[in-house]
Amino acid sequence: MRSLHHFHGGIHPATHKAQSTQQAIARAPLPKSLVIPLRQHAGEAAKPCVKAGDHVLKGQRIGTPEGLLSSSIHAPTSGTIASIALHQIAHPSALPDLCVTLIPDGKDAWIERQVVDFLKLSASELQQRLRDFGVVGLGGATFPSDLKLRHPIKVDTLILNGAECEPFITCDDMLMRERATEIVRGIVMLRHALEAGAVLIGIEDNKPEAIAAMREAVNAAQLDYAVIAVPTIYPGGSAKHLIKVLTGLEVPSGKLPTDIGVQCFNVATALSIKRALDDGEPIISRVVTVTGNVEHPRNYEALIGTAFSDLIDLSVAKPDTDHYIMGGPMMGVELPAVNVPLVKASNCVIAASDTLFPPAPPALPCIRCTRCVQVCPAELQPQDLYWFAKSNNFGKAQEFSLADCIECGACAYVCPSHIPLVQYYRYAKSEIRERSAEKLAADKARERHEYRQFRIEREKQEKAEKLAQREAASKAAAVVTPSTPSVDDTQQLRINEAIERAKAQAAEAHPKNTDSLTPEQQAEIATIEARRAKIRELATDAGADDEPHKTS
Amino acid sequence: MITALWVMIALAALLGVVLGFSAIRFKIEGNPLVEKIDAVLPQTQCGQCGYPGCKPYAEAIAKGEADINLCPPGGDDGIHKLADLLGVEYKPFGGDAKPKAKAVAFIDEQTCIGCTLCIQACPVDAIVGAAKQMHTVIASECTGCELCLPPCPVDCISMPAVEERLTDWKWKHPVFTLRQTT
Repeated sequence: MRSLHHFHGGIHPATHKAQSTQQAIARAPLPKSLVIPLRQHAGEAAKPCVKAGDHVLKGQRIGTPEGLLSSSIHAPTSGTIASIALHQIAHPSALPDLCVTLIPDGKDAWIERQVVDFLKLSASELQQRLRDFGVVGLGGATFPSDLKLRHPIKVDTLILNGAECEPFITCDDMLMRERATEIVRGIVMLRHALEAGAVLIGIEDNKPEAIAAMREAVNAAQLDYAVIAVPTIYPGGSAKHLIKVLTGLEVPSGKLPTDIGVQCFNVATALSIKRALDDGEPIISRVVTVTGNVEHPRNYEALIGTAFSDLIDLSVAKPDTDHYIMGGPMMGVELPAVNVPLVKASNCVIAASDTLFPPAPPALPCIRCTRCVQVCPAELQPQDLYWFAKSNNFGKAQEFSLADCIECGACAYVCPSHIPLVQYYRYAKSEIRERSAEKLAADKARERHEYRQFRIEREKQEKAEKLAQREAASKAAAVVTPSTPSVDDTQQLRINEAIERAKAQAAEAHPKNTDSLTPEQQAEIATIEARRAKIRELATDAGADDEPHKTS
Repeated sequence: MITALWVMIALAALLGVVLGFSAIRFKIEGNPLVEKIDAVLPQTQCGQCGYPGCKPYAEAIAKGEADINLCPPGGDDGIHKLADLLGVEYKPFGGDAKPKAKAVAFIDEQTCIGCTLCIQACPVDAIVGAAKQMHTVIASECTGCELCLPPCPVDCISMPAVEERLTDWKWKHPVFTLRQTT
């Protein structure tokens, strides 16, 4: 029996998990249209590689990664691209983002699937394949998985995260119950890719069926992976905290798990890695829990881009539902509208009402009871961070390690004054991020401005030097009269000759318009010339008259 | 008595030599305070403070010639930072200086005649183009200083405010509506 460790703090909210685990995962029907956002992963949005009107096949790539921190996007079914345009997405800002709208043709025809033997792939080929197949972490952070396979030191322990600590969410639980064999196959691939030592599969002890299914699958494959039941405590599913519980190792602030020889993947990610390598299928669907204030809470396997409203309709929302939450009740975000599309990060959608989540009473002043300190899993001082964030004292908030806050909401959960602490931390974090971006921009502007001034100065100097040189040369030419024609003179001579030649040629090429004139025209010209001559004569006379006045 | 005198004289001479040497050897080029002030300024190089750029303004502040509340792009925050750095009292914006929303220059390419005047005016070389060729602004490099506006003979440059995008969206300071209680 392995001895487990503890992390500081944590809370025990009501889990609400039983309601959505009564029925098996159902396949959601093919919707009439799919809206596929091009930014479904941490980092840069994918660049669309199809255009409106194109016909695409299921699994065909429609977005290519831009930059290192990015991933691919694929068509979830066969059909026609209707548009590539801005569309509202599941983001708390309610701002639109670039999405591909796909009208399915109903045939669900796959593109040719290329199956590879992962044992024959090199590390970089394997990473490239995951990048091409749009494999990202399905636990919620959607960090590109290919980047997580890079490791500076040997990975001693590979951890599979099946903790799923947040209330209401059961998608990983159901996935482990129903598809344990495939998940274990994915873990074999991950272990191979990372050349990892031990494999630990951490599952919270409130999921006995999932633990049993995973143990069975591991035994059937005759592997030495340890399936470990970890105590149910929120936020035990956070990667850093699961690592602490299973290994006793703490990931230092600002470091990655690979820096201490550990790597952690979600169980659903392991399954999608299996599909990418064994079956040649990119991530085009995911399992999502539809729960909360609905008649039939259940897990659905839905295509990416399906509107949340379609899924809610399948489970039938109760009439008093007034808003929807993507993710869990602790860390989830409220959906700006219910018709926004499902993305790779969407593990759960909760229909919410005032009876399910009573509105928080008005926030009262902080009484510094430090109950938040007792539950903070990151071992921070939430009451101080709140104070600094509220008073815009961001430097001090950084000194108190605000960056290590995982925004789990445990502090706000226990706060007797009902202060929405996480909102303050998010506010402070985004302000800090903006300020550091501004600082970088200012440094760049300073550099460019200084270079520009340097360049102007240099040009001035060069001009002055040239002028001085020319003056010196002309002076030298005036003093020394050359007996033989210099290079300059011969050049001038040649130029003059060339001008003459050009003039002669021009005269030959263009006959003058005075050549063939009628007698009347000639007579007219003669009278005009005579008039001109007279005027010229008058003018010279007047000039002669003026002369004495000037001199006198 | 005499010995003590000699000792003191010798010590004074020795220390004088050490101090004189270190004054030459460890001389600091320029005023380090100017660098610190310059680091706080937003580097728009706009000249709205009345000085021809951020560095000259920083120099003027360091000399005590300029006030700390003359930089509109720095905003209220900038004044607070300068006040903290210099250990002086915070002052609200003085004179015509008013903080503005961040904006970047935009050239209407239909109207641009390719005169290159704005290119010469841009303090950070953020406008590309050539004589009689269309010009355009590199938005990511533009500091929003508005120095390109006056030289343009056809008024084809505008300063649209930077709209909030998904990539730079920020969480807002929590606000609560108060409920009326009798």
